[in-house]
Amino acid sequence: MSEEQQGGKRVEVRAPMSGVFYRKPAPDQPPYVEVGARVKKKQVLGLLETMKVFQKIKSPAKGKIVEIVPEDETPLKDNDLIFVIETE
Amino acid sequence: MFKKVLVANRGEIALRVLRACKEMDIPTVAVYSEADEKSLHVRFADENVCIGPPMSAKSYLNAERIIKAAVKTGADAVHPGYGYLAESEAFAAACEDRGLVFIGPTPRNLQLAGDKITAKKIVEEAGVPVVPSSPGGVSEQEEALRLGNEMGYPVMIKASGGGGGRGIRVCRNEEELLEEFAVARSEARAAFGNDEVYIEKFVIRPRHIEFQVLADRHGNVIHLGERECTIQRRYQKLIEESPSPKLTPELRKRMGEAAVTAARSAGYFNAGTVEFLLDRDDNFYFMEINARIQVEHPVTELVTGVDLVKEQIRLAGGEALIYSFDDLQTRGWAIECRINAENPDMDFMPSPGTVETYRPPGGFGVRLDTHLYQGYELPIYYDSLIAKLITHDLTREGAIRIMKRALGEFRVEPLKTTIPLYLRVMEDPDFLKGDFDTSYIHRFVPEEDDEEEDEEDDEEEDD
Repeated sequence: MSEEQQGGKRVEVRAPMSGVFYRKPAPDQPPYVEVGARVKKKQVLGLLETMKVFQKIKSPAKGKIVEIVPEDETPLKDNDLIFVIETE
Repeated sequence: MFKKVLVANRGEIALRVLRACKEMDIPTVAVYSEADEKSLHVRFADENVCIGPPMSAKSYLNAERIIKAAVKTGADAVHPGYGYLAESEAFAAACEDRGLVFIGPTPRNLQLAGDKITAKKIVEEAGVPVVPSSPGGVSEQEEALRLGNEMGYPVMIKASGGGGGRGIRVCRNEEELLEEFAVARSEARAAFGNDEVYIEKFVIRPRHIEFQVLADRHGNVIHLGERECTIQRRYQKLIEESPSPKLTPELRKRMGEAAVTAARSAGYFNAGTVEFLLDRDDNFYFMEINARIQVEHPVTELVTGVDLVKEQIRLAGGEALIYSFDDLQTRGWAIECRINAENPDMDFMPSPGTVETYRPPGGFGVRLDTHLYQGYELPIYYDSLIAKLITHDLTREGAIRIMKRALGEFRVEPLKTTIPLYLRVMEDPDFLKGDFDTSYIHRFVPEEDDEEEDEEDDEEEDD
């Protein structure tokens, strides 16, 4: 976790457990967020499905999405990096 | 009998069906997803076919791939297990079109089982009690009051557009009904874009009692007694038993006859389950027919001695039922605990991982239906049910004692499971007395929190 340009702090969002990562609320809907999007604290960024249970991945901070690591519908392991947010 | 059976499922139920086929000398085909290459059902079957990627939608729910696998391997029948395609009318019909016998109810049965309103109407006309409700939408207050008085309070006002527990208001008396009626309609309009509401009797603290039925192609319909399935969480059953501590022989006889009438009026074929709610005054109401073999079928098998999966296969092959419930000498008591890879202390969140220590229970009165083995890695894609532990003894108390002992022996480390929760239930005086209703499990685990709190916090953070 390194300090980035313009004094923004890098915040990582990692998988709380293994599961399949979804960027969209439903297959026919647009993604929750794209790179560059400004997000609020607790805003939903994606979904994680583990053994048929869905949990929301929420933003831990107010800031800007600078990286979305996995593709939509990717299986993740516990603690895999999902989003990088730059706080303001 | 069949030349070869394809089992269109995974996990413990696939093993259950494969074992039945093996005992009947029927060769088998397993199908599996890429995530299940190392699953036991693949090794248990005589042949196996990979049907696609891990996600269920692309494998275990892919009817076309499964039918192709059956045709390619020369199978002449398909057993769907439970879940996945088991209640798909389209899949059952597609099997028939390709000359495959679907081991289960007819497509027409599946269609009716999915249409709960029509099913309710048909069995009600046959004389089976159903939960009283208004025949259609209610728009006038006077009509609502008349219905409330007829049914007896409490009643529910339900939004026609609602579902899954949403859009329901419970009224305990006439005053509350008057108060809620107008509000319920505006609320329904706002929430579902449709202000139609109907009135239904609210069954207080009910028990969930279901009857196993079997029907052949020759017009014979029988029941195999009840299963007590009251202990649930979020409509998921956790503990089941047979018989029910609540049923007298007289009530069992009446409910059993109602179950047979319900199945007969629906033209039902093969194995099915007729679900009832039982209120505190022993009034029972038909809920629905489950058109499949059920997870909890072993408790019925242990007390009746009937192998239900073999019966499904036999009946699908056109054979007849040559016995009735009264011919069976039911014996003792059976209890099942569904062991899930879930953490009961953390809102039942799933607990995936690899089984590093596996020590299954055994001994007198213990049956374990599971697909686990030492070193098995639970796929993240499928259900969290990892084992069904079933115990049987001459008395309920005996079955509970065996269950406690068996739960204590069972090790599935390092996974979090529902075993510790069941150990507590087996010590609970009310459980021992058989005194519980559908809200029972909340004595041990909190009711799930609504997420709405979070949303409120959001507003503040933003400012």
